Amino acid sequence: MSIIDKKSLTRRTLLKGSAAGATLLATPYFFTKGAYAAEYCNMPGGDTVTLGFNVPQTGPYADEGADELRAFQLAVKHLNGEGDGGMLNTFKPSNLKGNGILGKKVAYVTGDTQTKSDAARASAKRMIEKDGALMISGGSSSGVAVAVQSLCQETGVIFMAGLTHSNDTTGKDKRRYGFRHFFNAYMSGQALGPILAQEYGKDRKAYHLTADYTWGWTQEESIKNATENLGWETVAAVRTPLGAGDFSQYLTPVLNSGADVLILNHYGADMVNSLRQAVQFGMREKQVNGKDFQIVVPLYSELMAMGAGEAVKGILGTANWNWQLDNDGTRAFAKSFGEEYGQPPSQAAQTCYAQTLLYANACETAGEFTPPAVIKAMEGFEFDGLGNGQTLYRDADHQCFKPVLVVKGKENPENQFDILEVVEVVPTEKVMYDPSIFGGELGPYEVQGC
Amino acid sequence: MSAPTTAAERKKAISDPDFDVSTRQLPPRGPETKPMTNVDKDWLAIVAFTVIVLGMPWWLQPLGAAYPDLMQKFAIYGIFALGFNLLFGLTGYLSFGHAAFLGIGSYAAVWSFKLFTMNIIPAVLFAMLVAAVAAVFIGFISLRRSGIYFSILTLALAQMCYNLAYSVLTPITNGETGLRVLRDDPRVLDAMTGTERTGSLIGSLFGEKMVGYPGFYLCAVLLIIAFYIALRIMRSPFGMMLRAIKSNQHRMIYTGFNPRPYMLTIFVVSGMYSGLAGALLAITDPLAGAERMQWTASGEVVLMTILGGAGTISGPILGAGIIKYFENIFSALNDSALSSAFSFLPPAPREFLVTIVSPFVGEGWHLTLGILFMVIVIFLPGGIMEGIRRIWKLVTRRGSSSSKTEVQPAE
Repeated sequence: MSIIDKKSLTRRTLLKGSAAGATLLATPYFFTKGAYAAEYCNMPGGDTVTLGFNVPQTGPYADEGADELRAFQLAVKHLNGEGDGGMLNTFKPSNLKGNGILGKKVAYVTGDTQTKSDAARASAKRMIEKDGALMISGGSSSGVAVAVQSLCQETGVIFMAGLTHSNDTTGKDKRRYGFRHFFNAYMSGQALGPILAQEYGKDRKAYHLTADYTWGWTQEESIKNATENLGWETVAAVRTPLGAGDFSQYLTPVLNSGADVLILNHYGADMVNSLRQAVQFGMREKQVNGKDFQIVVPLYSELMAMGAGEAVKGILGTANWNWQLDNDGTRAFAKSFGEEYGQPPSQAAQTCYAQTLLYANACETAGEFTPPAVIKAMEGFEFDGLGNGQTLYRDADHQCFKPVLVVKGKENPENQFDILEVVEVVPTEKVMYDPSIFGGELGPYEVQGC
Repeated sequence: MSAPTTAAERKKAISDPDFDVSTRQLPPRGPETKPMTNVDKDWLAIVAFTVIVLGMPWWLQPLGAAYPDLMQKFAIYGIFALGFNLLFGLTGYLSFGHAAFLGIGSYAAVWSFKLFTMNIIPAVLFAMLVAAVAAVFIGFISLRRSGIYFSILTLALAQMCYNLAYSVLTPITNGETGLRVLRDDPRVLDAMTGTERTGSLIGSLFGEKMVGYPGFYLCAVLLIIAFYIALRIMRSPFGMMLRAIKSNQHRMIYTGFNPRPYMLTIFVVSGMYSGLAGALLAITDPLAGAERMQWTASGEVVLMTILGGAGTISGPILGAGIIKYFENIFSALNDSALSSAFSFLPPAPREFLVTIVSPFVGEGWHLTLGILFMVIVIFLPGGIMEGIRRIWKLVTRRGSSSSKTEVQPAE
């Protein structure tokens, strides 16, 4: 018995000891947590300010991510007064001085979103918790943008969305700490609809193939509404998984469905694959219902067009921006980007560059880094000279309003970068909408962050 | 391990009136018949483990990994690997679909946040329950086969779960976008108790929000409890049965045992561990995505276990930590970080070193992990734990000539 007593005593002592040890170890952190939670998250203390660029480096949108990163690096250079200054010289009204942000040198950290919500949030958390990032930007998928945006709202770090086109980002999932410069699916529908009616007539049957996530859903809905208002009929809308690679199983039923227009709600590598395969199936030479079969890609990008090659010729779509636009900002940006990297910037690059400058400018305007002040400086801000003409950052939903481009794959490109031609620049009034149609709420300015 | 070795012990066993040869019980009858030293060793292991886990914010500092999100991941994937190892390490059944339970646990926890309350206790319990039910179903089907066929069956079922979550069950899982907690969800219990619903939507335990360091300590405490339970399972007669299944299932059947109930039980326990890990993922970050269930995630836990040492108790946790460290820290190193790391060198060799090293960090972190994995599997088939044991052996043999060689409590 005595042996057992001794043993249980040891065990109890050990238990007690470990419990005491645990409490002791944990104590300082409960205090420090309370201590720094009172302030705003990651306020820059030294002479640098760190920005976090979270872009897809792997996955179906990796090409866009690589171009976004180039743009971010260029923007940091220009903010620090290196290089030729790019759009810093054309951006107005601007308080940027080319000496960093509020006199602090701009540094940056990068992360890979892998085009997955989980991975994107993990890498954003790393940048916020470990690297002390003051602002998070980037992303090339609306699923990721929505996920990271809500994380940023919870931690009280401003999120400047990169390439995200879903209505939800500034609609039902909008957040006080999230801002979007890129246009959205609703605007695409409003801009593209009249052109489609003009080119292909008002009596058409459409078949949608849609990437199965928030962006695809809202784009399908927006384009469907816009085309049905013109008198088009929607035969079917089929959802395809993101990054499917092979779309032949989804394309085969299209030809037997009686549809005479195929609308591809795909982006990035998905769009390159589905469009190529559709063209290989001979869809563009087909005659259905006595009309030429047509393919429409509502959201276009230069990188996708380059990937798809010959297949994009004559195909209509919309874009946020194009490097061949005729304005000062575009020329300045295309020049400095071209000199730096030997290729023209994509629309993904432009939106990320613009977002970085807009954030920096808001800090300068506010005169401080505290998020509520910066947010207020950005809300309702009107500016010009970032390549899109006169632009408004609407305060009700943090969405930018600016003209939308309707573009077409060029029939006779002059060089490998001359792929898209601008068919029409649709003025801002035509794509404007009431923020209440998508619902959602922005949430509070003051967040107990980190 | 602890068979009665001395003549006196054997004699005592024979004269013991409880010692009935005809009962279907294995001779070691629970912890009380074990020699003292082993039990003490277990307690020592648990205390050491507790100190190591709770001390992570300190000793991970020089490694650049002492930030809450990554430490949470260490603890959560530690639980996941621990659960996987209970199945694989003990019975030798290689499940290639364990990520399914991780995902199911996450979805269940988020649904608990949406429907019931933001308190985490119902979320954890609900997630473990749902994962257990799923494990009964998947286990019942796939345990009819063993070896490669079992692996393929679990893989197939897990991929089915993934595809269901990704597209078919979109109303429940919200597809690629991921399931999130929204402001206008019902949250019946919160509404009844009148808890304020305007605050940020983060899982909480009696008012303390489970993010950052509190979130880490929650995961750490659960990891320690999970470690303790796993240790008890390994030491129990039940664990012995499972090992018997691993060593020779036919022999076990001939002696009159039906291995299937044992297998199904441990499969469900293992699934519940995964469900707990999934719930913790959803608690520390209230978002559940389908990619959590993909086969790559299932493969990852196999890698973790083999890297650390299958069948050992702390090996899989170590493996989980290493893989998560690579994924989060190595993948973020870029050329400029490398140049500053080598800044003590003159420019020419520094650039040379950066050129050599850069393919192995950043986007190339998989390459480094692959090489490490190969080295481990070729030279240390027992994983990193075997390496540690060998080093310990060398040290103790050189230090003193005592025969006490085993440092690890596990087999």
